[in-house]
Amino acid sequence: MGMEIKKQYWNEYQKEIAQDDYFYERSCIRQTFFPGSEATFLNILRDELGKKIVDDPKIHTCTGIGYHSDIVPFDTTMTICARLFSLMNGAGLKNYVPSCVTSFGIFNEVLDTWKHYPEELEKTRVNLRKATGREFEVPDNIAHPSDIIYNFRKQLKLKMKYQLVNRKTGKPLKVVEHIGCHYSKIFAEKSIGGAEFPHVLAGMIEEWGGEVVDYPERRHCCGFGFRNYLVMANRGYSVANSKKKFESMKPYKPDFILTNCPGCAMFMDRWQYTIAEMEGTTYDENGKGIPVLTYEEMTGMLLGYNPWDIGMQVHQVQTESILDKIGIDYNPQDKYVGVSGMFLGEPEKPTNLVV
Amino acid sequence: MAKIYDLLVKDVRFREGLTACMNCGICTASCPAAEFYDYDPRKICNLVQSKDEEKIVALLKSDTIWYCGQCMSCKTRCPRGNAPALVISVLRKLSQELGYFTESEKGRQQYAINRTIGENIVNIGYCVTVEKIVPKMHPEQGPVWDWYYQNAEEVVDRLGGNYMKEGPGALRIIPKESIDEIQKIFEVTGGTKLSNTIEHFSEDKANELEIPFNSAIEGNDYFNHVFTENSNQHQK
Repeated sequence: MGMEIKKQYWNEYQKEIAQDDYFYERSCIRQTFFPGSEATFLNILRDELGKKIVDDPKIHTCTGIGYHSDIVPFDTTMTICARLFSLMNGAGLKNYVPSCVTSFGIFNEVLDTWKHYPEELEKTRVNLRKATGREFEVPDNIAHPSDIIYNFRKQLKLKMKYQLVNRKTGKPLKVVEHIGCHYSKIFAEKSIGGAEFPHVLAGMIEEWGGEVVDYPERRHCCGFGFRNYLVMANRGYSVANSKKKFESMKPYKPDFILTNCPGCAMFMDRWQYTIAEMEGTTYDENGKGIPVLTYEEMTGMLLGYNPWDIGMQVHQVQTESILDKIGIDYNPQDKYVGVSGMFLGEPEKPTNLVV
Repeated sequence: MAKIYDLLVKDVRFREGLTACMNCGICTASCPAAEFYDYDPRKICNLVQSKDEEKIVALLKSDTIWYCGQCMSCKTRCPRGNAPALVISVLRKLSQELGYFTESEKGRQQYAINRTIGENIVNIGYCVTVEKIVPKMHPEQGPVWDWYYQNAEEVVDRLGGNYMKEGPGALRIIPKESIDEIQKIFEVTGGTKLSNTIEHFSEDKANELEIPFNSAIEGNDYFNHVFTENSNQHQK
């Protein structure tokens, strides 16, 4: 195969990512469980990369969780998305950056619908005008925050204090990554690497010195399943799917799990605790579980940010093993201190999961 | 009433999600729900394509359509670009509009989702926030979440948030203008109507089952019933 043909082939797995001037939309789950990740992303863009990104207080949910659990009609979701686009227009921006992978899928679904069914776009314009008096234009570019970090991974590497390398052995840390279903499974062409060759997180890991572990259930859902988690009676579905992934990755002895999607980060952390408490099973050799990081936390950690300022203490599976392996200095006394400087006490210890 | 199939076809997602399914079954092979539940998206597509009114009505009244986790693996794998998960969304929509959802254990759960996620969206502007993840309803969240929940403002603001305050930042108060516009959008686009429909049919079912029903979540026996009931009859 000639190089030109090869290039053409791989073009299908690339996407256009805006270089600057972004409008940020916060995520229901990310801001709730990992607010430090959202703050870290904004700090990286502004302070490390010198980019403009607007964080408008008037933004809100895209309805994604409600839409995928079928209590919000598609007409409503399309119009809510249109209001968010209207806010972006009002800020004078054209590049939309949804913090959440579910939102990323929602916006791509809405835009694809409007492209193939222009009458749906017209209906949405009428609905938004009738409800709010607003008009809107669609974005020029939609990128997930991980797309942007991936795009600038070489520039960021130049600023990093640490690499994903074990300080004692000199070997790369072994990382399993999980890009999240709605990042690439709905519209593969909107993601880096598509559903078959997921590269958005792998590209960061490899660039920053780590080794990506390609395990059999790499592409399997984390198990969120919307209504299958939201309703207590259904949570067996959710934990069973996560368990399938943990069992698949365990033999490769990963140093940590890297996640793209807010929900996946939470579930793959919490279900390890749940499985440990239910049946005493953990997926490492020390009974501590496999730590889970968001890509924003990983980037901030390597840039040398204080791990307790970016949220590495709000995971149930403790993250110190990663810091220790890399050789990152941290103050254990600072871990459970609040914004006021007050020590907030320590969380209770689980029965089985070692913390 | 129009024929059920005609009602399905009206939804753009149904037309997008199901075109000449050849029943290869790759959707089922890649489906996490099919692995966990007695669930087979291939059979659902086949049944819906048959346009058999009686069978489609039975499907709308069954647990089956509520098993899908909306991961969309089926869309990735379908050689014809179909999306059984989109077909499921349209079936669920119709099941709720016609009141059939209360005929199944899994369908009745829509009431609990409407009263939690649905109310959160129109009242606070997000599907979830910290104060909505109450530890006793979420034992799987563990002690670190309990610590976070008890110290939310101290923790969130240390992590760069703006907990329950005006201005930008994680977990800020959403301005009234935004909440008002969200609510108007729900009224104009059918979101409020669907919510009221779920509530109405759920109250009827609660009365039929003689389970106490009220407008709050606390002390609402019907809410607790649908939120926790599991007959364990859903696996293969």
